[in-house]
Amino acid sequence: MLEGKRVAICGGSGGVGKTTTAAAIAMGMAADGARVAVVTIDPARRLATSLGLEELGNEPRLVDPKLFAKRGLEMKGELWAMMLDPKRTFDELIDRLSPNDRARDEVLNNRIYQELSSAVAGSQEFTAIAKLYELDREGDFDLLVLDTPPSRNALDFLDAPDRLTSFFEGRALQVFLRPTGLGMKIFGRGTGVVFSVLKRVTGIDLLQDLSVFFRSLGGMIDGFKERAAAVNALLSDAGTTFLLVTSPERESIEEATFFWRKLKAARMPFGGVLVNRVHHDLLGGDIDLDDVARQLEPELGPKLAARVAENLGDYHVLARRDRANIERLASQLGGEERMILVPHLDDDVHDVEGLQAILRYLWATEAQRTAMLVDVVA
Amino acid sequence: MEDLLAKRLLFVTGKGGVGRSTVAAALGLVAARRGLRTVLAEVAGQERLSRALGGEAAAPSEEIRLAPGLFTISIDPQHALEEYLRVQMPARAMAEVLSASRAFQYFAAATPGMRELLTMGKLWELAQVQRRTRGADPFDLTIVDAPATGHGLAILRAPGTFAQVARVGPIAHQAGAIHTAITDRSHTGVVAVAHAEEMPVTETLDLRDALRADPGVPLVRVFVNAVLPDRFSKRHATAIAGALDTAGTPAARAALRAALSGHARAGGQRDQVARLRERLDTDPVLLPFVVGEDGEQQVFERLADVLGQTATAKAAA
Repeated sequence: MLEGKRVAICGGSGGVGKTTTAAAIAMGMAADGARVAVVTIDPARRLATSLGLEELGNEPRLVDPKLFAKRGLEMKGELWAMMLDPKRTFDELIDRLSPNDRARDEVLNNRIYQELSSAVAGSQEFTAIAKLYELDREGDFDLLVLDTPPSRNALDFLDAPDRLTSFFEGRALQVFLRPTGLGMKIFGRGTGVVFSVLKRVTGIDLLQDLSVFFRSLGGMIDGFKERAAAVNALLSDAGTTFLLVTSPERESIEEATFFWRKLKAARMPFGGVLVNRVHHDLLGGDIDLDDVARQLEPELGPKLAARVAENLGDYHVLARRDRANIERLASQLGGEERMILVPHLDDDVHDVEGLQAILRYLWATEAQRTAMLVDVVA
Repeated sequence: MEDLLAKRLLFVTGKGGVGRSTVAAALGLVAARRGLRTVLAEVAGQERLSRALGGEAAAPSEEIRLAPGLFTISIDPQHALEEYLRVQMPARAMAEVLSASRAFQYFAAATPGMRELLTMGKLWELAQVQRRTRGADPFDLTIVDAPATGHGLAILRAPGTFAQVARVGPIAHQAGAIHTAITDRSHTGVVAVAHAEEMPVTETLDLRDALRADPGVPLVRVFVNAVLPDRFSKRHATAIAGALDTAGTPAARAALRAALSGHARAGGQRDQVARLRERLDTDPVLLPFVVGEDGEQQVFERLADVLGQTATAKAAA
């Protein structure tokens, strides 16, 4: 899936194990000899801690190779990891794009920016990918793995550069860039009334702060637009690939299908689907639970045997649900995309050991995977 | 439960994928069954609730009846803005000038945090004893199926932030009033839904701290969703593991493996629930894992039964 790729972007809805998958992939590629950086936003703290990342550095740090040696994992390459601090990344971007110090300070000190910059359309998604772009340009790594931000909707992420561009190109900003000339000269009679009403609704202070904010951002429009265009180019570059992470539950599958269609429509490079937390069903068909209970009775006694059978019944319902959902996903994806199923592991994954468990499935051949599943389930 | 249903505005938030909407809907059913005129409000065009509870896809901001005493609404910031202007503007003509003005649309779209403020404003309006929307009947309880943690917080914080930034003028005034309602504990409550897993528990504890810092409200209840049945003791597990060596058929082996897996997972969940119990001021409410399609009517009903029973048991005790 990752051959010849410089950038892997893990997308999907929240709560499907995106961060864990991104970390496992990065660890696997590093073990195979590559210099890899995994970029994540606010991951589970214990996962970060287990990789030795206590603080928000905003620059990649080398994960101590001893961590892997302790677990018997041979690390031929290097694993680097960073936790992205969106606010700081945005500040850095403003710093880089400002024509001069005065313009930079005007933005950074503006109360609207300070209080609300995280709410600018798609800014968190944009900063994640802007950072990715910078790391790619610096060229210090063979592979960058991005764990996309936990957005409301996975698509927000793809749209972020365009939305930011249209924000800067839009009339909204243009209106505010001319705070002194709002009269009839520029916008005609209607707008004069509009702005006097607007002042009444909003209060003058807010309007003034906004004007200053937009005006000072105005000097950076070209820089932002260039950056957004470069980021868009990186997203559709042949060296980039999107990996879709999903759980076998209906909602997350629906979101995955939607995301995939959008990727295809935008001609973005697509690597494959990773389905996490699958309840595998190797028995197939219906199970006679009474028969199972009878078989186990001599060894376990009637009460425990019945309970074990009942538990299998629940598991089997989930396994069938998962299989139906996964089959539907496969057919909706045209039946041609690569799909890797990772079983529902008994332990919550938040350390190197857990990542290794996932890695074993990701890196296995089809035949090995089937063999491992037999071991897990039946 | 009684304390939650006594509030006018209830936010249901939590990490993605933990069943926020399901719990919000179940709470709505419980409230409606107790005779409260209840509205389930969805944010950001998800329309999951009305779909799951068998309602039709609705026009934005339309109040739709799902069941006796239970309504749903999907909040659209643009629509909320127009509604706000109609109420705010003394002259109807003036409101129309603004609504129709492109410059004004741009202003609303470009102002950071404006969508969140407008969304919160509409939620506040729904929870008013005297509705501002002309001809609208009041609700006893508004339950918000809020977006995942980060964005949910942004909505709760927007009024306070705007009140501060705008200082004077109608927005400052209005935002200040909404902020006061959010921080009034008898009026508004924030609850979280979590799974009994490391990441969601950590995020729930972080959310509790973040809420306390800004806008300065407590997390009044945590619902732990999808708790697995704890069927097997340690002794059972040992016996089951022993039986694996001799089990003959694939079905028997699968049953034993599934039992060991269930035992391990239930144990992991127990540890996480203990972690919540230790760190929270309130006892978390455990909701059973319901085997079935996520978002199905039966899941809501089943959870509503459990929630209703918990409440009755507590009241009796």
